[in-house]
Formats: sequence, C-alpha cells, structure tokens
Amino acid sequence: MHKSVYRYDYRRSRDQETRSPVHHAAVIVGAGPVGLAAAIDLAQRGVSVVLLDDSDRIGEGSRGICWSKRTLEILDRLGVGERLVARGVTWKLGKVFCGDDLLFAFDLLPEEGHKMPAFINLQQFYLEKALIDRASEIAHIDLRWKNRLAGLERRNDGVRLTIETPDGPYRLDADWLIAADGARSTVRGLLGLGFSGVTFEDKFLIADVRMAADFPTERRFWFAPKFHAGQSALMHRQPDNVWRVDLQLGPDADPIAEQEPERVRARLAKVLAPHEFELEWVSVYTFNCRRLDRFVHGRVVFIGDAAHQVSPFGARGANSGIQDAENLAWKLAAVLEGEGGEALIGSYDTERMQAADENIGHSTRSTDFMSPHSPAERRLRDAVLALAPKAEFARRMVNSGRLSVPAVYDSPLSTPDETPFAGTARLGAPLPDAPVQRPDGTPGHLLENLRDGFELIWVKGGADDSDRWQRVPDGIRRTVIGEDLFDRVGILAQRLDATPGAAYLVRPDQHLCARWRRFDAGKVAAAHLRALGR
Amino acid sequence: MAKLVTASRFANPDAAYVALVEARRNLSDADAAALDTKLVLILANHIGDLDVLSEAIALASEPAGSPR
Repeated sequence: MHKSVYRYDYRRSRDQETRSPVHHAAVIVGAGPVGLAAAIDLAQRGVSVVLLDDSDRIGEGSRGICWSKRTLEILDRLGVGERLVARGVTWKLGKVFCGDDLLFAFDLLPEEGHKMPAFINLQQFYLEKALIDRASEIAHIDLRWKNRLAGLERRNDGVRLTIETPDGPYRLDADWLIAADGARSTVRGLLGLGFSGVTFEDKFLIADVRMAADFPTERRFWFAPKFHAGQSALMHRQPDNVWRVDLQLGPDADPIAEQEPERVRARLAKVLAPHEFELEWVSVYTFNCRRLDRFVHGRVVFIGDAAHQVSPFGARGANSGIQDAENLAWKLAAVLEGEGGEALIGSYDTERMQAADENIGHSTRSTDFMSPHSPAERRLRDAVLALAPKAEFARRMVNSGRLSVPAVYDSPLSTPDETPFAGTARLGAPLPDAPVQRPDGTPGHLLENLRDGFELIWVKGGADDSDRWQRVPDGIRRTVIGEDLFDRVGILAQRLDATPGAAYLVRPDQHLCARWRRFDAGKVAAAHLRALGR
Repeated sequence: MAKLVTASRFANPDAAYVALVEARRNLSDADAAALDTKLVLILANHIGDLDVLSEAIALASEPAGSPR
C-alpha cells in the first residue's frame, strides 16, 4: 500500500556529551501537530524549546484531516496558515442522508469577511511537514528525532528526564515539561495518571482511497445507507484525489479481519461504485471520550490527545489540541519572563478543561445518536430519523457530529463587561475576524494584523480621546481603527459592536479579555494584570 | 392541520435528545416501552388539546418515507 513518508535524521546533540544534565526552560515531548504548534508558538515568543520525538518519520496514513477555522487562524499566526489553505480542500457544507434520501444540509460559515474558511481537509502529514519546515527556520527550536523519553523524575522546580537515543541514554533538566505525546502518552504512563471517561465498543473502519471522482466537496454522512446496511458512513474529500471513507462496523466486528485488503475493497466497492479506487491507508478503530482529571501536574503540562480524547465525528481532536498549544504557549512564555504569575498556568487548566468538557459532551452526544446502546435507544434514534423529513424539531436532533468551534472561556482572566455589548464578539472567546484596509490601501483581515502580544484595539472617533493614547500601559500594543486599520465595510463595527471610542483588550492568543465603551488607562492596566494572572 | 408545532422548540435539541436516551439507558425493552407509554400520557395531558393530540397521532402514524 502506498504511504507518504517524510524521514528525518537523528542527530547527536551536544547535550549528550556532558556529564551533568543540561538545563532547558521548556522541553516538549511529541512532535505531532500539537507539539510542533506549541514549540513554534513558544519560540515566536522568545522561549528556547527542545522538542523530542521517538520516531524519525511522519506520514504513515492521513489520520486527522479536518482543520477548523480557529485552528487555521492559529496556524496563520504561526506562519503556515496560508500555505495550508492553498494546499488543502476548502469546504463548509455538510449533508446528512438517511438511506438514500437527503435529510438536510448545513453551512458551517454562512457569513463573509473571514480570512480563514470554516474548514479545510488536508492529510495530517502535510500539516506536520509544513510545521516542521517552519520550525526549522526558527533557531530557538531544537527538534530531536529518535529521542525517546524513558524516565521522568519530578523535582520542586522542574523535571529531570532520561532520554534514549541510538547512541544510548542521556539526561536533561527542564523547568517545564509539555506532554504532547498523544493518546498513548509516555509521560502520562511515567506519572501513573489515568483517564476518567467512557470507551465506546462500536468499531469503525477508516479508509483513504485514491480515486478520480467528481463527488461534491462536502462532508457527507449517511445513516443506514443501502451501500452499508444498518450502519453509518461518512465521506470527505482530501487533496490529491484522496477520499476519506469512515464506516461504522458495530461492536462485534473483528478488527484484524476487517483490515484485510480484500474485505476492505469489497466494502468500499459498494460505497464507491462504479468508480475504480486504490487503497491508501486503512485502520479499524474504537474511540474514547475521556480526559485527565487535571492537565497541569506541577511542572508537567498535558496538551492534546495526551490530556483528552474524543471521537473523530466533529473534528474536535487535533483541533482542540492545537488550541491547547496556543492557550499554553503565551502563558508559559509570560511566566518564564516573569511577567505572568503562576496562576496563569492554572488558568490553562481551567480554560482548556472547559473546552475539553465541551468537546467530550458533544462527542458523547453524537456517539449516543450514532451508536445506540440498546434496542430501546435504537428505536428512539430511528424514530427521530423517521420524523426528520417531516418535522424540523426532529432534524435538529439528528446528530452526525457537531463540528468544532472554539470554546468560550468562563475565565478568571476576563474582566467582566461594565456595559452590554452586542455583536458576535464574546468575552473569553477568540475575536471574530473581519475585513479591514491598511493605511496603504491594501485589503486584509483583523486577526492577521494582530501580533503575538497583548493588543488594545481602539475605535477612533470618540470625544477628546486623542491624547489619552500616551497612557497605554507598557506591554500592550495598540491598534487604532481609523488610523492603523480601516473598517471600510462596517463588518468589524458590527461584530465588535464598535462604537466610536470603544476599546478592546485582546490576549496574546487573540481572545477578548476586556472591553469598554471608553478608553481608561487605569482600567486597561488593571485588566492587563488580571489577564496575566497577577 | 395547523395547530401542531413541528418547528424545533428546544434551545439545545441535543440535550433534550440525550435526556430521552438516558431515561431508557439500562432498561429492558419492556420497561423502556412502559416508560415511553407513560411519557406519552404525561405529555399528552400537558398539551391538553385534543386537536393537537390528533395531529400528532396522524404524524406519528404516517409510514416512513411518505410525502408530507
């Protein structure tokens, strides 16, 4: 079977030559999408990072394919967003069928004026390759392949690691260890931590096939299609004429037998007929909806699948992992620089556990709908499907996966609103994107014009505010709407409810943490300190 | 036929569905059927309108796939 593989060489590090362990501020275990995103984000903030991976290659199978708008906005800030969108397949429509009949369609981004699309589909290895290329441009990132974590000793103010390499073991000291080493996390094992949650018994066949077909660029989901009787099926388009097919097999399927190429081909032929196809990658999986009780354990912080797992329906796995990475990176950088209090790391726990619980909740509800646990639950589900063509309330209950949107943090870092704001911007949520024009007349978008730090967006035009700018607190960059950026079409004003004179404090992860109808230097300074956990 | 509301009325339809799922989780078929029958009676009385009830019965009695 064809596999797209990129190989990377093991290289001996100077850290392996010394007798006593070399000390680093931050070590990340796991160079998947989540670990790489964390490394690049930290490095862009001036933190030197050692990134360890036990393998020396990427790209065995497509794995994650759906990258959400928020993830693409993060990746854009990390310098790879545009090239990924150009490489990927952009989509925003989903269709849900029952049998052969269309039940309904949904549009995941019905409004204009966002730089990034609702979703792209792109094989995970292309995303990893782009992140590795980006990481290799940054001197602060030391990416070490074939470096396998074998031992972990927790200390008061850090950790001591033992790492196995082709040249034998060596040791490292780190102030902070970020565990981005996936669902079978070694770090989790070394700390003896377990998960709370549910394992589902249903087995699913996941297959990528290469095929010339002109099926629409949509997410298509079937309940009980004729080509796969009694079960559900999902199909997605990827670049390179590759298609993802996901077939429910039920709890009693034999995972070994179901991966035999002849058997897989026979199943897929029914789905894809009359198209000819080649198998690219096949796997049989079950899934879990579960998480660690806490993501922060002293100086060890878990991100991505190492911290929490969900079903793939909803694209909430890798996307939430990259959002974990972004949430942690600026906080850890602020703590290492002495600007942020250690409470900031606690806020990572608070905020990303909220997100994980939201993702697990959606994922569990989707699974309950797709895989009824008993005949009585199946009857209820089938009744909803039977009523769906006739009654809107039933269509709204049909659940083929609720697709990933960012969580809105109920956060100690947010300063509560003094006055109500309309629009789509929410405290504790990423700022909504909007079209803007730069002073030289070129068009752009709001989010791409924000930098890596705290940002105060101020809307020009309020009474006698012009000189107050001299008092914007240190550590905050200001962007004046009406000077630095222009809102020519009024979409920004609408989404932010931006009246003249209004001011918005935006965190380094582009989340809104405070806003006022009028700029007040003292209030901005207080909100800034609060958002830094001080 | 116009009094029965079939537009979605729950702010969170997924949560309403899960409430119904969880009510029958771990019940035998017979117990789940008895639960549903009691639910029908309770909700019918709550609606308290024979016209609405008749429309609901008609909708539920239509064979799957029949046009509407």
